[in-house]
Amino acid sequence: MWAELAVTTAKVVVVALAMVTTVPIMVWVERRGAAFIQDRLGPNRVGPLGLFQPVIDVVKLIFKEDVTPAAANKGLYYLAPLISLGVAMVTFIVIPFGAGHDVSLFGVPLRGLIVAPDLNVGVLYLLAIGSLSVYGIVLAGWSSNNKYSLLGGLRSSAQLISYELAMTLAVLGVLMATGSLHLSDVVARQSGAVWHWNAVTQVIGFAVFLVAAFAETNRLPFDLAEAETELVAGYHVEYSSMKFACFFMAEYLNMATASALTVTLFFGGGTLPGVTLTGWLGLFVSTAVFVAKMCFFLWLFVWVRWSLPRFRYDQLMQLGWKGLLPLATLNLVWVGIAMTMGWLR
Amino acid sequence: MSAYIPILLFILVAVSFPIITILIAKLVQAGRHDPVKAEPYECGIKPTSEAHDTRFSVRYYLIAVLFVVFDVETVFLYPWAVMFRKLALFGFIEMFVFLAILVVGYVYAWRRGALSWV
Amino acid sequence: MGTREQRLAAIRKSFPDEALVAEVPGGDLQTFRVDRKVLVDLARHLKDDPDLDFKLLLDVCGVDYPERAERFESVYHLSSLTHGHRIRLKVPMPADAPVVPSVYPVWRSADWFEREAFDLMGILFSGHPNLKRILCHPAFQGHALRKDYDPGQRWLLREGEQDEPVWARAVQEDEDHFETQVLNLGPSHPASHGTLRTVVRLDGEVITQAETEIGYLHRCFEKMAESHTWNQVIPYTDRLNYCSSMMNGVGYALAVEKLLGVEAPPRAQSIRIILSELSRVMDHIVDIGANLNDIGAMTPFLYMYEAREELYTVLEACCGSRLTMSYVRVGGVSHDVPADFGEGVRFILKRVPQLVADMERLITENRIFRQRTEGVGKLSSEDAIDWGWTGPCLRACGVPFDVRKSYPYMGYDQLDFKVPIAHGGDTFARYLVRVEEIKQSLRIVEQALEAMPPGPIIISDHNVALPAKEKVYTEMESLIWHFKLVMEGMKVPAGEVYGFTEAANGELGYYIVSDGSGKPYRIKVRPPCFAIFQAYPHMLKGHMIPDAVAILGSLNVIAGELDR
Repeated sequence: MWAELAVTTAKVVVVALAMVTTVPIMVWVERRGAAFIQDRLGPNRVGPLGLFQPVIDVVKLIFKEDVTPAAANKGLYYLAPLISLGVAMVTFIVIPFGAGHDVSLFGVPLRGLIVAPDLNVGVLYLLAIGSLSVYGIVLAGWSSNNKYSLLGGLRSSAQLISYELAMTLAVLGVLMATGSLHLSDVVARQSGAVWHWNAVTQVIGFAVFLVAAFAETNRLPFDLAEAETELVAGYHVEYSSMKFACFFMAEYLNMATASALTVTLFFGGGTLPGVTLTGWLGLFVSTAVFVAKMCFFLWLFVWVRWSLPRFRYDQLMQLGWKGLLPLATLNLVWVGIAMTMGWLR
Repeated sequence: MSAYIPILLFILVAVSFPIITILIAKLVQAGRHDPVKAEPYECGIKPTSEAHDTRFSVRYYLIAVLFVVFDVETVFLYPWAVMFRKLALFGFIEMFVFLAILVVGYVYAWRRGALSWV
Repeated sequence: MGTREQRLAAIRKSFPDEALVAEVPGGDLQTFRVDRKVLVDLARHLKDDPDLDFKLLLDVCGVDYPERAERFESVYHLSSLTHGHRIRLKVPMPADAPVVPSVYPVWRSADWFEREAFDLMGILFSGHPNLKRILCHPAFQGHALRKDYDPGQRWLLREGEQDEPVWARAVQEDEDHFETQVLNLGPSHPASHGTLRTVVRLDGEVITQAETEIGYLHRCFEKMAESHTWNQVIPYTDRLNYCSSMMNGVGYALAVEKLLGVEAPPRAQSIRIILSELSRVMDHIVDIGANLNDIGAMTPFLYMYEAREELYTVLEACCGSRLTMSYVRVGGVSHDVPADFGEGVRFILKRVPQLVADMERLITENRIFRQRTEGVGKLSSEDAIDWGWTGPCLRACGVPFDVRKSYPYMGYDQLDFKVPIAHGGDTFARYLVRVEEIKQSLRIVEQALEAMPPGPIIISDHNVALPAKEKVYTEMESLIWHFKLVMEGMKVPAGEVYGFTEAANGELGYYIVSDGSGKPYRIKVRPPCFAIFQAYPHMLKGHMIPDAVAILGSLNVIAGELDR
């Protein structure tokens, strides 16, 4: 019992530390990456290559004055950043970062680098918790008692729920192929060869999922909730200091979740086609592979952000309801037919 | 039940982390409060009306209702998807009948302009 | 309709009475003194008679002559795009009743110009739908451009005095619009370039009503100009359209030179052309970049800013400053260009097209960009002319009007370039026109650089230009000449002139009245974006907030020029 708890705690600590370090690294990658794309230098003064810039940013944010608008609804105003960041963090639990089913720690089988290996509703948990993030944004938008925030909150609630539909439908195809809600099973099914990856067998579903993931994380070209040139900063106009930082961290964590999820659902997770390793080596290699795949998608987020203009609100809804939703259903039909006919294993 | 212990542990971490950082910031930051700072920001103009007083456009609600309809649909589809292999052809046909009914509703909503914003 | 006689005859058909409409002899433009009783009728005739066809009202301004019996004069500048001719109307009015009928029903472009004349000169335009202050604060008292207004006095403005559109107050009680809300976009908004305020009424996100407020950057340049010598005005012109400061100075110098009857030497003209066209490139680059940034594409914005930095480096090498150049002088330019000027410009000719091509590859065919801009902020050519639009925005509506082609100055007729037009009249068309104009301007620069002659850079006229420094130290006559010019300023013969050039935003006009003293009697700038921006609130209806931002960016409103 205690040993099991210790293992679980160890996993929680590892994943939480990974999250806490992911954010500053991503901020650095984003800023240096933007500079690289835009033909300029970017932050390069604090530490080697400007690596400590995010640390300095955090220090600055901590020392910033925290201004609460007089007309705000105080309780909800304080609750909103907690929901945003909290939700962004707990989605990480069910993601299988690495294999390692045959190793044990303190005499307890590790069952992969996944915090909750016994949770048999992994995908459902992820989608359910993930959709809670809209509360953080809506409450922030409404409680600030600011028109820009309100518009940003309304925009993003409509956006998030619209794209959530397309996303869940796209995930449905993967579940049909897997026959389980457990993300480890999803990964296991895709092992062996590249053409076992769901990204190959369900191209439409993958495309829909990726687009919806961009929309769900509020990233360009779907960053309408903040849209700095239209709504100034959208739902977090009135937030400052660490409360603002909570939203900021939540955005980057959501990106990490979305990337991890894309890798898990469509790119074979930590598996490397043609390579089968066991024991601790297998655990480390699969984790490294997972992180490498994830980095690609994280970079994709950055890359797309600095390449594309922003959608307009009605165009965004149009794309979600009239474009992605039928496409996701089409994917469902394809998977159904392909599996019934025996084209997919 | 033991499957949910890690979740509880993690929720503890996830809730305490933002609270602790915000509290640390509260302790170290300077606070020079000023009623002008606490005014709502509207590009430097004093707002004539409060954001809380405004009624949202009814179209936002329409989107929400449509979402509920289709989300319930996907919830129904989840157990079916997981059991797809076992249900075989029967489940396949049955579910596509269900989907077809939904598509009719979808086409109806589209034709009535519920999916277009302007 | 070429000659003055024919135009006069066409007017005389309907207005035979000499007492009501009289031609003023001489002058740079054919000028008519019009009795205010017949102003609106005459205006309608001028607009509708196909032989006259004055569809474009360029400018309305007031002039104050305190010593005259009829103290105020309302001055109108008209242009016909089909016949290519221009006239000026002057409507005198007495000091005790400075009232003149509004020509807004005839030309909508009179809207803001008349408000401005009311604000600064106190002329009342009867029949104007919204005659209130535009550049000064509503709590301001007096009319700053009147000769008896003391510019030294101070006004204290108390907090809380702010102007709201009438409809903005009524929204809460309005039953038909109970779902709407009123939102201020600006003055302190990331997408308001300069300080502009737009009050919009939103239904969801759709704008149902809009009104703009300008004047946040108003410094009454025209009043300041009246207390400075002619050359001292030039630094002030730099602050009009600060994205292309060179062209404002060139326009001003050309207008004064027209009044003086002199012409700058060929080398100076050539320098002016090169730097003006580089400024135009710069202005378009800033506009496109900022517009794209507002639409959400930040990377092309930074590509464009790199190009702008390179351009600034060349300008800086000429005169020592990057933004406000103060390089032009009446009669020439202040210094000769540096020895490596040609190299610098050739580098620009190579580098800027590369950056523009990079930007175009990212944007022009991008579907999101096309969706965001096509059909957004659409204006027909008739409406555009009616609003007094000129420049790239008018050309994007399909009207091939460019002062450089229609009324060539500084030798633009010697250069081979095309005037790009587009037919959409929307934000995308304006983008396309500007991109093409960048390329055409670079062609002009290339040709002008090849043909740049040696020689003096400023005329040698005792009344106009300072003598060379070494001559001041060695020659008595030059010393006196220098002393008189510095102490008294140049003497510009009494008279009036409307000098106009093609600035980056359109026709930049200087209406200058001189009384023969060492200082301008009255300078009225016709800023191109003033006419363009007045159509903006009307274009917004039915669009969404993101469109408002995209349209504003594509109109290239520069607050320095708008508010003066």
